[in-house]
Amino acid sequence: MMKLLTSLFVGLTLMSAPVYAQNGPLRLELDQGIIEPLPFAVPNFVPDGPSAAQYAQDISRVVAADLTGTGLFREISSNAFISRVSSFEAPVQFADWKAINADALVTGAVNVSGKRLTVRFRVWDVFSGQELGTGLQLAGTTEGWRRMAHKVADQVYSRITGEGGYFDSRVAFVSESGPKDQRLKRLAIMDYDGANVQYLTDSSAIVLAPRFSPTGDRLLYTSYESGSPRIYVLDVGRVKRQELKTQDGTMSFSPRFSPDGRSIVYSLIQGGNTDLWKMDLASGQSTRLTNTPAIETAPSYSPDGSRIVFESDRSGTPQLYVMPANGGEATRISFGAGRYGTPVWSPRGDLIAFTKQNKGRFHIGVMRTDGSEERLLTASFLDEGPTWSPNGRVIMFTRETQGASGRASLYSVDISGRNLRPVRTPDGGSDPSWGPLQN
Amino acid sequence: MNVLSKVLALGALSVIAACSNNDPSALGGGGAGGTGAIVPGSPSDPRSPAYFQQTVGDRVLFAVDQSTLTPQAQTVLQGQAEWLLANPDFVATIEGHADEQGTREYNLGLGAKRANAAREYLISRGVAGNRLKTVSYGKERPIEICSTEDCYAKNRRAVTVLTGSTLG
Repeated sequence: MMKLLTSLFVGLTLMSAPVYAQNGPLRLELDQGIIEPLPFAVPNFVPDGPSAAQYAQDISRVVAADLTGTGLFREISSNAFISRVSSFEAPVQFADWKAINADALVTGAVNVSGKRLTVRFRVWDVFSGQELGTGLQLAGTTEGWRRMAHKVADQVYSRITGEGGYFDSRVAFVSESGPKDQRLKRLAIMDYDGANVQYLTDSSAIVLAPRFSPTGDRLLYTSYESGSPRIYVLDVGRVKRQELKTQDGTMSFSPRFSPDGRSIVYSLIQGGNTDLWKMDLASGQSTRLTNTPAIETAPSYSPDGSRIVFESDRSGTPQLYVMPANGGEATRISFGAGRYGTPVWSPRGDLIAFTKQNKGRFHIGVMRTDGSEERLLTASFLDEGPTWSPNGRVIMFTRETQGASGRASLYSVDISGRNLRPVRTPDGGSDPSWGPLQN
Repeated sequence: MNVLSKVLALGALSVIAACSNNDPSALGGGGAGGTGAIVPGSPSDPRSPAYFQQTVGDRVLFAVDQSTLTPQAQTVLQGQAEWLLANPDFVATIEGHADEQGTREYNLGLGAKRANAAREYLISRGVAGNRLKTVSYGKERPIEICSTEDCYAKNRRAVTVLTGSTLG
């Protein structure tokens, strides 16, 4: 693992000398290979009254956890603080924050009135003594306090990196319990950081691979509730599901939405053979996209909807191919050693994440959309099924451990290959699908 | 080896099958302990699903990534076909499975190919296609849970599960 990561960074470290320039405003350039996390301080947000005290503390902690979790930022412990922030309006004592080497400072205030929660915050460039962006006020309910904290963190991330955040987002996944040969699977949804888990199905039938719609309002998934694998669509808000009828007497799986949310692409098994099909959701009409004796599966659209990347073993081993969204000639893009599967186009459109199996090990990797510049980000007994954060900077995936007591769980990794970390779920977890930033 | 020995036993047991057919009293149930008695539905009853499962052999195994039938697999399926032809009240679902090597999606496709290969063979031996459904479980339902080739080999399988029956 270490050897793998070291080799990945050789090319990047050379040009990473100015990790963040201090000539202009505070800025973390994500494409320059962040080696040293940027130190920041989040003193507890100031509560407007006693009823806001706990929320103020909890929100500050979630903001700090979001930023630290990226691996790009390092929190300075409050034990080191010289200044106490007891008023949101009072001038910031920049010298006190400079003295403890905080480059960024986030200050905030929290007001609770009944069930209404208001958060105000500012982001400061300590070195220049300037505010980064302008102060914002967010209003919501006390119940949604974590989302408000994530929104604050998204703003901080975005103001310092110049890129969109990903904290106020949700992940659909399969919650797993029980031994390998009697595993129980339930569809579940949670905040990106593992909080607020909600179960969407019971465990009476095997469920596989939920996939968010582009706006996050619906989930596609595969269930065995009819006895064989079929595709269902679930309204996330109402937790109401419906089967998507494909041809009679067939099995269907591996669905994914088109970027406009109006159609899906999926695998259909007929006579033992797996091909790709597309279904218009309004009419329910399906059209065939591939027609070969090979296993063709795991399709994923490019963000502009013009192309589909998928997995096929038409060459003899599973490899990655790109074809026009309405079918037609497919171009093979994977040529390295080993077998490739589950390609997923990044939301930025520049990369394709995939699962690779080589010499008895599994990897999550990324390559450019023409297959060039392949980089492996992880290595283990079994890693598979990547999904992209809304900003295309982080990949979440399934890692399953070996042997009779093997267990599946969720992990995330930065596309630089750094910051591999487990995503905590109550039971085991697999097949994550990272939804869009919420409104 | 296990599969082979079961197949060889088939010849011997068919003698019992013939006896039982000629001796309805032996199917009387109750006196299970009696010499030569055959309990309906038990593995010793050649018309029972248990007999099909244990004596005929309900499963065939595959090489890594393969869905072609080995000579041993064809022998087992030949026995299955004969049994299904002799017991026309049964229908079957053939479950295709894969080991845990490979992605979830690919293994679903592979399990489908294996189930279909077994189904096509049974049809070629005269079993009506409308008695044979298939379903792929991919790597979702291993029977052996270790992560070595010993276990993987047993998980790469197509299992013929009898579903409909008017027996008894």
